[in-house]
Amino acid sequence: MSCGSTGGAGCRSGGCGGSGGRTEGDLSRRAFLRDSAAMTVTTLAAGVTLHVFGAEPATARAPDEKVTAKVRWGLLIDVSRCADGCDQCVVACQQENGWRDTGHPETDAQWIRKLTVKNPRNGASFSLPMMCQHCAEPPCVDVCPTGASFKRADGIVLVDKHICIGCRYCMMACPYNARSFIHEPLEDQRPHAPRGKGTVESCTLCVHRVDEGRVPACVEACNDSAGGAMLFGDLNDPASEISRRVASYRTTRIRSDLGTDPGVHYRNI
Amino acid sequence: MAMGLGLLVAAAGASLDRVAAETRGAATVDRVPAPKPPRGRGEKCVAETDWMRRNHPSALTHQRDSTVHDGIRTQRFSLKGCIDCHAVTGADGQPVTSASPQHFCRTCHDYVAVRVDCFECHASRPVAASPTGAAPHTPESAETVALGDYVRSLGK
Repeated sequence: MSCGSTGGAGCRSGGCGGSGGRTEGDLSRRAFLRDSAAMTVTTLAAGVTLHVFGAEPATARAPDEKVTAKVRWGLLIDVSRCADGCDQCVVACQQENGWRDTGHPETDAQWIRKLTVKNPRNGASFSLPMMCQHCAEPPCVDVCPTGASFKRADGIVLVDKHICIGCRYCMMACPYNARSFIHEPLEDQRPHAPRGKGTVESCTLCVHRVDEGRVPACVEACNDSAGGAMLFGDLNDPASEISRRVASYRTTRIRSDLGTDPGVHYRNI
Repeated sequence: MAMGLGLLVAAAGASLDRVAAETRGAATVDRVPAPKPPRGRGEKCVAETDWMRRNHPSALTHQRDSTVHDGIRTQRFSLKGCIDCHAVTGADGQPVTSASPQHFCRTCHDYVAVRVDCFECHASRPVAASPTGAAPHTPESAETVALGDYVRSLGK
């Protein structure tokens, strides 16, 4: 398995490439059986869990009500519609949240990146966006010594930067290499996406947009100007489009063997 | 001799009084000017000025947790709201950042020597002013959303 990347700062240690970064493009019989078993579990649990929305308002929650565990936000990404070389989702995320490449891939923040995964045996390859998988059982939250890394009731995994001390334990714990540390002082951040030196950050699933009833910037960009590979919705609502799709065909969650129960589903991996 | 000493003391006392008076006068004019925070936009602040002067830190701290953890973004106090109303225009015609002593927050905080770290993460001026920033996102109109839905439905 090898990997390349576009649009982001490239793949860093872990997460992709090498024996430690196994993705599921190369389906061995064992992997197939394991994923099938995971699918069964998902289906059995569907009564308790899954649903989507396409473009209808994201939430019925009143703006002054707390988020609840009645919804669980998730993504479904159809890899067959994700073009190799397209990085519209990455660009949209950068513009929305104010991070960018500064030519220092070792230290640049990277909320979302495009990976190209290739099977060296037969040359088959595909491209996919990789970001925080918004796990139901997030390892980053388990290890955080201060409680800064937390999961919101609606399933969005965030860093409370008021509490973060920048220890970076969560970065080590994340199997998806999804988190970044800010090394330099920043200015002119986006008002809705505060970011600062000495704290860890990652994809927020555009929580400020979700709270307004809108979809994340990457999903909007992919639907507007790319392949329409991304779908955002409520995995807890059986009537939502994302739940219906997840229930109707086989989807894969990366490193589902770790038991993190990611909220990001991939199709056609 | 005794009278001479008394005169000397009286003279010294008079000169000390004069120095003290000069010092008091200078204190209000030159040495440590009292802060004059610029007025914000709009009719009035979200709370009485006296109350805000005393309580704005706790108002912001209290609400940040409910915003970050509970997703409640409708509250009366908002750092973003403060920044939008109290932006100070600099020499270049753009609102100044917290790097400038003219910045609204700094006018008082410099005076009392309290360093705030809000702006290590938060934007210290309205987004439209950021030369490197993208235009602020405006919510789509209902028509745009409906049109987008229709176009997408054609592709399915």
